[in-house]
Amino acid sequence: MDLKALTIEKIHQSLLKKEFSAQELVQLYLDKIEKENSKLNCYLTVCPELALSQAKLIDEMILTKRELPILAGVPASIKDNILVENVKCTAGSKILENYFAPYDATVTERLKKNEAIILGKTNLDEFAMGSSTENSAFGPSRNPYDLNRVPGGSSGGSATAVAADLAVFSLGSDTGGSIRQPASFCGLVGLKPTYGAVSRYGLIAFASSLDQIGPLTKTIEDCRIVFEAISGWDEKDSTSVKFNQENEKLEIENLRIGVPREYFVKGIDVEVENLIKKAIKKYEEMGAKIEEISLPHTEYSLACYYILAPSEASANLARYDGIKYGYSRLTNLENQKSNLLEVYLESRGEGFGPEVRRRIMLGTFALSSGYYDAYYLKAQKVKALIKEDFEKAFEKVDFIFTPTCPTPAFAIGEKSQDPLKMYLSDIFTAPVNLAGLPAISIPAGKVKNLPVGLQIIGPAFQEGKIIEIAKKYATN
Amino acid sequence: MISKKEVEHIAKLARLGLDEKELEKMEKELSLILDYIEKLNEVDVSKVKITSQSLRNENTMREDVENSQSKKLNSKLLDSAPSKKENYIKTKPIF
Repeated sequence: MDLKALTIEKIHQSLLKKEFSAQELVQLYLDKIEKENSKLNCYLTVCPELALSQAKLIDEMILTKRELPILAGVPASIKDNILVENVKCTAGSKILENYFAPYDATVTERLKKNEAIILGKTNLDEFAMGSSTENSAFGPSRNPYDLNRVPGGSSGGSATAVAADLAVFSLGSDTGGSIRQPASFCGLVGLKPTYGAVSRYGLIAFASSLDQIGPLTKTIEDCRIVFEAISGWDEKDSTSVKFNQENEKLEIENLRIGVPREYFVKGIDVEVENLIKKAIKKYEEMGAKIEEISLPHTEYSLACYYILAPSEASANLARYDGIKYGYSRLTNLENQKSNLLEVYLESRGEGFGPEVRRRIMLGTFALSSGYYDAYYLKAQKVKALIKEDFEKAFEKVDFIFTPTCPTPAFAIGEKSQDPLKMYLSDIFTAPVNLAGLPAISIPAGKVKNLPVGLQIIGPAFQEGKIIEIAKKYATN
Repeated sequence: MISKKEVEHIAKLARLGLDEKELEKMEKELSLILDYIEKLNEVDVSKVKITSQSLRNENTMREDVENSQSKKLNSKLLDSAPSKKENYIKTKPIF
């Protein structure tokens, strides 16, 4: 069977026509994972029992002619910072190496309710902090287009799994680009929803005011289906929002597309720039009106992000104390004359990897007495200006088009010794999180055989329109 | 720039046990990152009012009732602790 060509709709039709059973399909994926995961390192945990038992139920549903949800029997993977009840959840960290999720995340619950099949949990940069998966305590995932390159991050395991046909789709999380950048590097569709569109309940928190869960898929229609299944208000997440998701019909002739001049500056790969300009040209040929716009505070967004995200992370990660759960030195210190502080220092010092320690330090510094105003408060104010830039732009245009990332996938090891260089990889994606807006990355073409993504940013809660405009590119 | 003494102080506040070698590395790396972040000083924020929420500003409330959802979940949560005694999580004394 050609797994590459399988979409959610095709699987749905094939199951109904009994061209294959859900169990056969799942077994196919499990066998492929077994064969290829040692090379790609995209799955940290595989759950054959869970997947096969779910598939068995779906085959029974088909046999008894019960109505099948569109996602029924579709094999998926979930980033390993999203909880699946009774399945290990490591967040790519040694500190959670042996942690089993005590309950389902809301998105997991919704996938299960839609009878999607959970094949396993995918690799990520530790606590989603990174742009390459090289910060995972369990080794980097590899880009299926070139095994010596990174798949992007932090949802790199999810991207590799879908791009290598080890899952039909995957759920990732995006704090500064962690869905869109790996989608760009692996030739996939990746959607970062509006802040509040998808419940964060059961997502291991990194920076709570920026984190959102979203899909990584092969097609835009798959993206629409998964987004529809996981989004919507949830009483367990007080920041989730009730909103209308209608499938919008768009007239491309009436559309105004903004291209921010600050996103086409020094530092961007020339071939990436040309490819994205070509993609934008295609929309112009279809009848859209292209306008150059300005987002004047763009150059400050990374500095702003690297104060706010680590600050929130330093508070969120205070919960890993070696007492409630996770890696602990408590039992080693049990019979010694020692105190609580030593448990904290040793458990956290040994449990967290270098990048996470670095960000906790940075965040603690920015929030500490004497520096709070100069760093954290200042960054919050700059964030307000960045948000305002987008608001002003959307008074003039319907969408904003940019490259997702300044370069195609980089080599493993190329940036891992230079934290600042690695951070620059988020330069086009992080501003969108700061503004809380939705954005999609879709495959725009390739540069030297490596995929490059086009980013489409829209106004809040306009995912439906973003998906429609993205489809125009794929079908034209 | 950040001094070694400051790094030591921050590590203590963050409850991170770092050895000598790492403290030195952290001093260098944090200094580089903070130099980059200095960029923010170019921005005039004198007229900006602070927002912590990206999109909306209203509180979400719920009834003040006990959520007795499940005893099973409680015991699962307790079982995750490295050390416990009956229904309590056990830890070291503060002093």
